[in-house]
Amino acid sequence: MWKRDEAVKPTGSASPGPAPVTPPTSAPPAAEAARPQTNTSHDHRLEKSTVNIGKSVVIKGELNGSEDLTIEGQVEGKIELRQNVLTIGPNGKIKAQLFAKSVIILGEVIGNVTATEKVDIRDNGSVDGDIASPRVAIAEGAHFRGSIDMQRSGGSKGESKAEQKPAAASQSAHSVQTPAGAAR
Amino acid sequence: MFQDLLKWGGKPGVATAGPARSDEVIVPSKALPKFLSALTQAESPVLVDFGPVIGSNVGFFGERLGCKLFIEDLSADLERHARAGTMDALAGVFEKRFRHADQTVDGLLCWDYFDFLDKTSAQALARQVVRMLRPGGAVLGFFCTSSVARSGFTKYEIVDDVSLRHRPHPGPEFPKTALQNRDIIRMFDGLLVSDSFLLKNNIREMLLRRR
Repeated sequence: MWKRDEAVKPTGSASPGPAPVTPPTSAPPAAEAARPQTNTSHDHRLEKSTVNIGKSVVIKGELNGSEDLTIEGQVEGKIELRQNVLTIGPNGKIKAQLFAKSVIILGEVIGNVTATEKVDIRDNGSVDGDIASPRVAIAEGAHFRGSIDMQRSGGSKGESKAEQKPAAASQSAHSVQTPAGAAR
Repeated sequence: MFQDLLKWGGKPGVATAGPARSDEVIVPSKALPKFLSALTQAESPVLVDFGPVIGSNVGFFGERLGCKLFIEDLSADLERHARAGTMDALAGVFEKRFRHADQTVDGLLCWDYFDFLDKTSAQALARQVVRMLRPGGAVLGFFCTSSVARSGFTKYEIVDDVSLRHRPHPGPEFPKTALQNRDIIRMFDGLLVSDSFLLKNNIREMLLRRR
């Protein structure tokens, strides 16, 4: 919807948009880059807009906010978007602890990831760290090393279906090899 | 998006693995349901997977067990040491590699990694398995019945509670050494071989338990 390059341009001080991402004190240029794109005639649409941090931006420090955020640059420190979606773009390189409602990772993350809803590591995404989230999706081709802590979604414990005949096995009879019996 | 919703809203006990490719086979498992049964007795069990991360397995264990899953990916270690020509150092690496305290792990998925190790490395890894496993915990391992000169790793993708998809894992090939049952029993001194199954493809599935 928005062009990323426009979003990372400084937009001046007259921006009537929503509260910007808290700028890190150690990197003033990043604060300018992280400012949300503005559109004075569509305030209601701004509430759903995504803030972009461009790939030339380097942030060292703490990043807090109450909007969805996409990072294509480099961040070291801590990122906290408790009620929003954090997306690490394909060019993003993160060395930080991440806290968000949902985290989508297409780039590289070194650090622990905590999400209240879901963590989604897409193809070519990379995470070295521990994940804590009730839902975790990891695509084929993604890299992950660490631990995954998933809360129980409820209702499944004790429902042992261990002895049921697998539907997938019966449908793929040509490729199924059945056990010959116990060896011991 | 819609596919994601379907995936996360799927039936418990059924992994969301995709359709099989021609070089993949779905193999019924006798040991897997027993392994799962052992883990369901623990509240929020701790599970260690020696294989590379497989998204559908993560979803399966999360949905079924609500567990804490540690991905160790020994295939990456073996590949790295093979490239560096330091396979002899693996035994020492295994002694220090795992961050888990003694008797804190409920389940270990060893898959067939012991087939790819020399005797010293296999014994070192087995000692770590025994050390980490909690009383009542379970270990799932696959062991070949005849040695193979060169073989690549296999990814074991859970299709459902009683079957696995065997998928070739791209990467270098290693010799596979067949271990005798008595060698396995000795190696896992302190654990009990509770179940052992010989499949038609000559893989021994073993479930080891700690009393």
